[in-house]
Amino acid sequence: MNPRILAATTGRILRQLRHDRRTVALLLVVPTVLLTLVYYMYVDQPTPPGQPSFFDQVALIMLGFFPFIIMFLVTSIAMLRERTTGTLERLLTTPLGKLDLLFGYGIAFGLAGVLQSTVASLVAYRVFGLATAGSAWLVIMIAGINAVLAVALGLLCSAFARTEFQAVQFMPVVVLPQLLLCGLFVPRGQMAGWLQAISDVLPLSYAVEALQEVGAHPDPTGTMWRDAAVVAGAAVVALVLAAATLRRRSG
Amino acid sequence: MDAAIAAHDLVVARGGRRVLHGVSCAVPRGTVTGLLGPSGSGKTTLMRAVVGVQTVTSGRVTVLGRPAGARELRHRVGYLTQAPSVYADLTVRENARYFAALHGRGRAEADRAVADVGLAGAAGQLVGTLSGGQRSRASLACALVGDPELVILDEPTVGQDPVLRADLWARFHAMAASGTTLLVSSHVMDEAARCDRLLLIREGRLIADDTPAGVRATAGTDNLDEAFLRLIRANEEANS
Repeated sequence: MNPRILAATTGRILRQLRHDRRTVALLLVVPTVLLTLVYYMYVDQPTPPGQPSFFDQVALIMLGFFPFIIMFLVTSIAMLRERTTGTLERLLTTPLGKLDLLFGYGIAFGLAGVLQSTVASLVAYRVFGLATAGSAWLVIMIAGINAVLAVALGLLCSAFARTEFQAVQFMPVVVLPQLLLCGLFVPRGQMAGWLQAISDVLPLSYAVEALQEVGAHPDPTGTMWRDAAVVAGAAVVALVLAAATLRRRSG
Repeated sequence: MDAAIAAHDLVVARGGRRVLHGVSCAVPRGTVTGLLGPSGSGKTTLMRAVVGVQTVTSGRVTVLGRPAGARELRHRVGYLTQAPSVYADLTVRENARYFAALHGRGRAEADRAVADVGLAGAAGQLVGTLSGGQRSRASLACALVGDPELVILDEPTVGQDPVLRADLWARFHAMAASGTTLLVSSHVMDEAARCDRLLLIREGRLIADDTPAGVRATAGTDNLDEAFLRLIRANEEANS
């Protein structure tokens, strides 16, 4: 990796995003709209004594999920565009290293994910009165790590997609099982053993647990840091695998 | 002095079909060499092998004394793909600055590369809003911005206005005069006459590697179009 090339690549990706005003607007507005829906879905539901309200439980996890889903999709399409327009082929004839490109995407869309979750968190806390025992900054940090994981998985999956149709199909394959098994619908401890085993190897389960730790404890816990490290580690592994699937020579 | 590009018995298959059947050729340094042949003859495949992004079945390609695709060559070789490979959602200037940065060049070099292809007036425009000809010139600026020793240009003049085409060719010759080697593909015969040397390729086989004058003399005609045709016929007779 070369710091100058990495910085140029990150800047180039952010500049592309900035020229696409509609995408930026959707990125920032859609989570707010969805949070509004969730707020009014649960507003009349009675809260069981001694537990956080349904809205608090669901909104907290949604804050981690938005950047994960959106950055996965955005990255898959962006990387596929690099392949189909020939820019990737040309980049691979320049001094740019594969990791410069992959980490450039990780940093650029990771920042976009942080911005998205900051706006969504602001609305959740200020407008809808989301209450967490821990700091909102920890929620944003975990959302940012989720975004980087999503970018890494998107880069990896795009290597297996030849067309936009295929790239979009990877979204339900990669994202939905993690959403179903993360403990939001059924607590992980109450799942059948084999489901729990699958849940244990899915990185998002750890992101959700980390968010729940922030919800329940005023100070960052050891479990939260461990979970955040697991998610970050999964992101690095996915980036390295993505580099391994990126070939300079093709047929 | 050794050649800028030396291919030896290069065989390439793409999609299960053999595209190059043992091509051997040499491109001398400081020249403009034309790679001429019809669409589908293997021009792009040969160029991809030279820049090192093509999987090769057998044979070898040496570029500036190193195996094609070697890491240290990436600073020294510029590549223009046939379809313009620039970012449609960036301006011309932003594209040029990005490719300049990859080669360790600054903004001044990027702006000069944009001006050199006649796009100074459109520098602030998004590439996606340019005409096809402008877009391919934006792509050309990005290939030249690193001031490479060897430039591989896949059909750089398609869709260009005749005046601009003449300007581009003048620029290619000026670059060659200052020591740069250029390999330029085309399927238009009137461009062949502008080259110092010609590689004629058809159905994955090289049928001539000579100067335009040499090609004319071998074929016994002053018309390069006719010369190409005669060389193909002679080649077919020799093979049958």
